[in-house]
Amino acid sequence: MIRKTVSDVKEALAGVKDGMTFMLGGFGLCGIPEKAIEELVRLGIKDITCISNNAGVDDFGLGLLLQKRQIKKMISSYVGENDEFERQMLSGELEVELTPQGTLAEKCRAAQGGVPAFFTPAGYGTEVAKGKETREFNGKMYVLEEVFKADYSFVKAWKGDEAGNLIFKGTARNFNPCMCGAAKITVAEVEELLPAGSLDPNQIHVPGIFVQRIFQGKGYEKRIEQRTVRKRG
Amino acid sequence: MLDKNGIAKRIAQEVKDGYYVNLGIGIPTLVANFVRDDISVEFQSENGVLGMGPFPFEGEEDADIINAGKQTITTLPGASFFDSATSFSMIRGKHVDLTILGAMEVAENGDIANWKIPGKMVKGMGGAMDLVSSAEDIIVAMMHTNRDGESKLLKKCTLPLTGVKCVKKIVTNLAVLEVGPEGFILLERAPGISVEEIKQATEGTLIVSGEIPEMKVD
Repeated sequence: MIRKTVSDVKEALAGVKDGMTFMLGGFGLCGIPEKAIEELVRLGIKDITCISNNAGVDDFGLGLLLQKRQIKKMISSYVGENDEFERQMLSGELEVELTPQGTLAEKCRAAQGGVPAFFTPAGYGTEVAKGKETREFNGKMYVLEEVFKADYSFVKAWKGDEAGNLIFKGTARNFNPCMCGAAKITVAEVEELLPAGSLDPNQIHVPGIFVQRIFQGKGYEKRIEQRTVRKRG
Repeated sequence: MLDKNGIAKRIAQEVKDGYYVNLGIGIPTLVANFVRDDISVEFQSENGVLGMGPFPFEGEEDADIINAGKQTITTLPGASFFDSATSFSMIRGKHVDLTILGAMEVAENGDIANWKIPGKMVKGMGGAMDLVSSAEDIIVAMMHTNRDGESKLLKKCTLPLTGVKCVKKIVTNLAVLEVGPEGFILLERAPGISVEEIKQATEGTLIVSGEIPEMKVD
């Protein structure tokens, strides 16, 4: 067994520097690497590029890094619900690359699997396809998209083991598995870190080979963005 | 004239037994409330769930179980969770039968714009570009005109496009229309709405042939 455990978030983020590109899992605030984000804020590194489906809210998630002006560029599919983000984008302080959600996911998955580029129909005929090669296959037009290159992937899982194997819960899975192994170093934070042998190999969502460092985070806030409920009876 | 629930009710009639359906944010989300209960349908949400159920009872919300609108949800028996790349394999791979989404503008050739108003609103396209570029069947749910009373059914879209020549059907507060080779084909009128009123509210080419029936929604 190859051990991937590190003692804490400080050790997990060793080596992060100004100007680096990071992938961060999560959809909205669901399944975001809360502890890695807190540590990036504490380290105060600047000029970072973040690849993440969303940009958090003003006071949580990636919004915390935006508040401190640590982000130079965001690559996302949807960035609503964040006033500070909008302000920085409109004033030109923040560079923003909007990418169709499926393309964003595939740019991670393909990077993980060693595929440098792929054709997708998403965005054909729109401003997303500007400057990109297009090609016809079976009578339909497709856009050539190149995969992401990133220094670190920060992902959050429900359970993990010492070997770096991961299991996710519910829709907190989202982009996290696609980002594992898609950057030079993948850092996984988990709610529960278990000894090797505790997880059923049949139930593993991400094999440990895609993860370089794993640690257990404490006190996850797991904020809900839209609390929608129905009445009983 | 239909209200938002009326539009959702009419669209629910288009949902067939055995369909996997992706619902966009807004009016499309309401469609789930009106699908006949004697047919089997599964709702997909692109953040990674198939077999979405209603909102949870108060106190049973789970931060780890949400839909693409970031609302807390529940799952039904037979549901599954998956990652984002798998989710869009379902979408681009045409495994999802029907996509229902909102729009700011639709053109008579089937172009759709719904993600950006230059200089005013830039929230992003989310999964809309992937959905409209791949879905076999796309129904747009929207009001016929915008807040200023201008038509949203145009000869040509003025806003940045989400997808080209992809919309098949449109259900508005005034009418049901199909995108044909020559323009918008009027299929049904909303209760109490005349063909003349629909013509007035449609900037794009409107094709009216024969008697136009009133839609049935109750």
